[in-house]
Amino acid sequence: MSEGHDAGQTPQDHGHEHPKHELSHYAKRIYAIRDLLIEKGVITDKDIQCQIEYQEARSPANGANLVARAWVDPAFKARLIDDPKAACAEMGIDATSINEFVVLENTEKVRHMVVCTLCSCYPRPILGRPPDWYKSFNYRQRAVNDPRGVMREFGLVPPDDVEVRIHDSTADIRYLVLPLRPKGTEGLNETALAKLVTRDSMIGVMDPLSAVPPRS
Amino acid sequence: MNLRAGKYRAGDRVTVKLEDRPGHIRTPWYVRGKSGWIERVYGEFLNPESLAYGRDGLPRRTLYLVAFNHADIWGKSVGAKDKVLVDIYEHWLDPAA
Repeated sequence: MSEGHDAGQTPQDHGHEHPKHELSHYAKRIYAIRDLLIEKGVITDKDIQCQIEYQEARSPANGANLVARAWVDPAFKARLIDDPKAACAEMGIDATSINEFVVLENTEKVRHMVVCTLCSCYPRPILGRPPDWYKSFNYRQRAVNDPRGVMREFGLVPPDDVEVRIHDSTADIRYLVLPLRPKGTEGLNETALAKLVTRDSMIGVMDPLSAVPPRS
Repeated sequence: MNLRAGKYRAGDRVTVKLEDRPGHIRTPWYVRGKSGWIERVYGEFLNPESLAYGRDGLPRRTLYLVAFNHADIWGKSVGAKDKVLVDIYEHWLDPAA
């Protein structure tokens, strides 16, 4: 991946940095494309750096803030489900790059889980870059075939009478799971609640934490 | 989202076309030939089968959230109510027989 390749490297002939180790075919290709785009004046080194910083700045904290607000503010929750992009804007989160954004609310009787069996479609403005396992063939195959088996591996065992709904995001829609607020968190404020909302709970393979981790 | 788009409405039974052709296709194999129902109408979107080749994506295609019983796809299911939900464009759907 281009994001990390320049760490500790020395600049070479045309102004930016190249790794010293042997590159894969695809890495060579992407660097060649990058060099050509810069050489032809289509983009600059600075554009690339800005884009990397933008990509890295998006993180699951955005989603956690949405979920925590929804837990403490029923009117916000209703807006988040009715018009997720507008609710994001309200929270200062830029979701405009998503074509359509849909929030899936977990209840005591229904649990949602998200996969993209075709590739790695993921609500990046809300959750950042997807984890490697989300893009693995293993998850992509088994999420649709054996969702409860996958959940079990993450430590989640929904009762048999709970409806598990596995969403395969194959098109223009990006999905975010709105998990249930953990029991026993009535005394926590919105900031503390946001620390309970893990990335994986918004993909739907886990529950949120039930208590704020000591180091956070 | 234009919820009035398309020829299907929520609740309509549909069968996914059992077709194959070269190119960029967003309909997963595991639901082709399977029957489910329209859960939600998402409205009209540019056609990714055209966009993938640098074309204009027109005409727009209505996109649906289609629900399948998990057991209807895989033959067995731990949770009797479990569902698989897939976003499918209208030209991949037929009314269920």
